Amino acid sequence: MSAAVIVTDLVKQFGRFAALRGVSAEFAAGRLYAILGDNGAGKTTLLRALAGLTPLTRGSISMLGTTDLRSVCGQLGYMAHPSLLYDEMSGMENLRYFARLYEISDRGQNNEDRCADVIRAVKLDSSLTRPVGQYSQGMRQRMSLARALLNDPKILLLDEPFSNVDIRSAGEMVTLLTGLRDAGKTIFVVTHQAALLEGAADEFIWMEAGQIVSRTSDLAAMTETK
Amino acid sequence: MSSVAGLTRATLAKDLRLEWRSKDAINSMLFFSLLVVVIFSFSFDPTAEESRRIAGGLVWVAFLFAAVVALNQTWAREMRNQVLDAYRVSPAPPNALFLAKVIGNFIFVTVLQALMTPLFVVFYNLRALGPAYQLPIVAALGTWALVVNGTFFAAMSLRTRSREIMLPLLLFPISIPALLAMVEATGAILTGEFSARFWIVLLAAYDVVFTIASLFLFGLVLQAE
Repeated sequence: MSAAVIVTDLVKQFGRFAALRGVSAEFAAGRLYAILGDNGAGKTTLLRALAGLTPLTRGSISMLGTTDLRSVCGQLGYMAHPSLLYDEMSGMENLRYFARLYEISDRGQNNEDRCADVIRAVKLDSSLTRPVGQYSQGMRQRMSLARALLNDPKILLLDEPFSNVDIRSAGEMVTLLTGLRDAGKTIFVVTHQAALLEGAADEFIWMEAGQIVSRTSDLAAMTETK
Repeated sequence: MSSVAGLTRATLAKDLRLEWRSKDAINSMLFFSLLVVVIFSFSFDPTAEESRRIAGGLVWVAFLFAAVVALNQTWAREMRNQVLDAYRVSPAPPNALFLAKVIGNFIFVTVLQALMTPLFVVFYNLRALGPAYQLPIVAALGTWALVVNGTFFAAMSLRTRSREIMLPLLLFPISIPALLAMVEATGAILTGEFSARFWIVLLAAYDVVFTIASLFLFGLVLQAE
């Protein structure tokens, strides 16, 4: 299986603190990776580096065969811990704006149809007119996932997608993610709720002090040693 | 190019919609300018001739300070929920975002000027003795100078801890040539004592240079951490 992402010797310093300390790894296409670790282990920094949001102190990232991340950002979906949505606009208004940024209509799909599709995919109602600021935390989280899916990305980077989401909705999100993985997407999920991805994730990656310390497909074995 | 124009339009429409719903920037600017007009009119009681001499400075200083309020708001909105990151990971060109912000701020400050100018005229008993048709030209060029620099430096100070203080510290020194040209041109038109042509040309040159420089550098500012 070909590598969708290759990271080589990633180092990220924030002043004297090293958030990433020489991370090197290959990630195959069409797999779902769960990135685990304690707070401050470097999970979010790694995800932001993959998204091209954090300039690296050292190291390189190759994504979809290129090290020019700007050239592949249209094929990337990114969901952060904050919602990345405008609180004063409705979910549909938010998605319409972001659809313009990705020029979805130039890819032969109608903006409105695509926005409605992703809202349905995350089990929300596209006719909701109230502003996102009035959504519950769980609804905001799902709308945030809808925004990340808008451009039908080949690589999905999700930071804590299940936080503040009830068990049933989290289960629905996992089903959606496995479906996307089966359709060939490469998915990275940073989470503290690893159990939700048991049986769904292809690989669990444990990070500690800015380094990847173990990779396994067996969550139980990993949790026993941690 | 069409992509930049289209994305600028989309971002501008989004910003105008957000401002229409919250009215954060326009309310703060109006309140601030109103205070300046009223306090200065009570502080001294100049004759109409004196008013014409000082009005240029007074008007532009009021608009400059009021604009800072709008400029801070413009980026603060993008920082809530880290929405700016959504733009940064998208393939949309940075210049489209910058142009939309500049045009949006230009509209907000122009609305403010349209509302406040009649008050200035009444409170300071103003009447142009020079060519009055030049006033809108000076207003447009001067406002553009303020917002193009202000939008750029507000973006630069976005991630600093005390950005409300940082923006004036960066913006005011670099705006001195433009401010001087605005004040002198406005004074020349109101008093009719000398031609404003030189100051208008200076202002136009300043606008061109700083617009090009800001467009050229904004990508670096946006991608900086």
